[in-house]
Amino acid sequence: MSAVLSFENAGAAYGGRVALQGITAGFEAGKITGIVGPNGAGKTTLLRAALGLLPLAAGSIRIMDRPLAQWSREALARTIAYLPQGGEAHWPVPVRDLVMLGRLPHRPAFSAPSAADEEAVDDALARCDAAAFAARRLDALSAGERARVLFARALATRAPILLADEPAAFLDPAHQLRLMAMLREEARRGTAVAVTLHDLSLASRHCDGILVLHEGRIAAHDLSDATLANVFGIAAVRADAAVVPWRLV
Amino acid sequence: MDKMSTRWTSLLLAALTIACAAFSFLLGPYHIEAAALLKGLAGGHGIDGTIAREIRLPRTGLALVVGAALGASGAALQALFRNPLASPDVTGVTSCAGLGAVVALYFGFAAESPALLPAFAILGALASAALLYLLSRAGAGVLALVLAGVAISSLATALTALALSFARNPYAMSEMVLWMMGSLKDHTLADLAFAAPLVALGIGLLLTASRGLDALTLGEEAAHSLGIDVGGIRGRVVIGVALAAGAATAAAGAVSFVGLVVPHLLRPFYGYRPARLMLPSALGGALLVTASDLLVRSVDPGEQLRLGVVTALLGAPFFFWLILKLRREA
Repeated sequence: MSAVLSFENAGAAYGGRVALQGITAGFEAGKITGIVGPNGAGKTTLLRAALGLLPLAAGSIRIMDRPLAQWSREALARTIAYLPQGGEAHWPVPVRDLVMLGRLPHRPAFSAPSAADEEAVDDALARCDAAAFAARRLDALSAGERARVLFARALATRAPILLADEPAAFLDPAHQLRLMAMLREEARRGTAVAVTLHDLSLASRHCDGILVLHEGRIAAHDLSDATLANVFGIAAVRADAAVVPWRLV
Repeated sequence: MDKMSTRWTSLLLAALTIACAAFSFLLGPYHIEAAALLKGLAGGHGIDGTIAREIRLPRTGLALVVGAALGASGAALQALFRNPLASPDVTGVTSCAGLGAVVALYFGFAAESPALLPAFAILGALASAALLYLLSRAGAGVLALVLAGVAISSLATALTALALSFARNPYAMSEMVLWMMGSLKDHTLADLAFAAPLVALGIGLLLTASRGLDALTLGEEAAHSLGIDVGGIRGRVVIGVALAAGAATAAAGAVSFVGLVVPHLLRPFYGYRPARLMLPSALGGALLVTASDLLVRSVDPGEQLRLGVVTALLGAPFFFWLILKLRREA
């Protein structure tokens, strides 16, 4: 299967230093690609480059077989949904209004939401198990509930590509597993999902493909013992005394 | 807040604004029957016509226009900076506009062409708004922005005083109070005629940014990913605020705290959404300035009391309370 979003020998600089170099990779429809790597490896930079937030210094990015440069901002917004790291809302807006922001790429200026917009928002809220508090204000929710609402905002766009930056950070284990299940459901519907993760066990268990970044380059496509040692400087614990990966009960 | 209470808030705001504007138009040291005044406004003949058109209309009209400009500017700045402490006066925009107006007036530019007065005020406002914006881009937090605003407005006030002391006009120093405190006293139809279109243009520009300001609730990168031209939104807000607040200040001097208080008070009634808050803030600003001006006129018919003193007396304690509240929430 061909990738809907692909990097060809892409390089980029950020803050005066090389942040990405020689990246060749693709995100495929219906698959979850996990992007892992130590702090500062270039995970977020990779996603930002795909969104056009960071100009490439070398190589190219193609989305749906068209170079990124040829995409209009509006068309790109309908094609890629992005969940930024530490996603936040600066005003305590009602949950439903926040999720409706995900429909902005589909709505002409100064128009009320269409029936399709309402339906997409309802569906996104239901899928994130957030329908029950749709009328509540964001500041009346717990951190886990807020994360679900922000995720619903990204789903409401119904874009064929979903990029999520550290969506599992600050979530407790149960919420992390629910999040991965939601990503899986989204991929099952044909979306190309790419997600940056710090939790290697989540990445190895829930992703279809792994991209290990190290100092701006792709260091590996797996989480073998050699990769763990060379890139992360750790060894996997497979003992029974330690608390190792969990599942929902 | 549900749709019902939003609608009631808007209706109440509109009704109170109309009532205050009507009262403001009818109130004056020279008592005239309402019917005669309205007839004078329509026909423009005789003493009633002169008073209606040359005195009452400019005053009431300017109160509405100045208030609307400040209210909408406050709502837009708060949305852009995602910070409830931002407003045209706290950020120093109005004091810089006042400085521009003073330079235009007392160094003879305004005498050469009347259009130069608002032009200088708008340029002053633009300079400070752009400077603040650059600071916030450089990553300055809430506190740094407020402090920068304090620095900008102290500097502008000092420069205003300096400009006035070098002005060759013997009345210049005594008029300084007007620029720093704001007043709607003794204005002409010409003031209203230049302020109203510029303020309308500024608010119009801010309204075109409202969709982007809604998206900015999620932060700049998420807004970009939703197809919003974030740079364009910033530019429109900075220019829109400079036009509206600059023209308002050129007409009435620096009227403080309206742009801070009004959007903050109304926000909960409009679901905390920047786009929906914009017009109600304009309406609320118009109401607050008209009501404050009424208060000035009824408390002190001699009018030594300045409009800006009243709004500051109402607004400064509010500002203090707001800072305490934000500290508690942080």
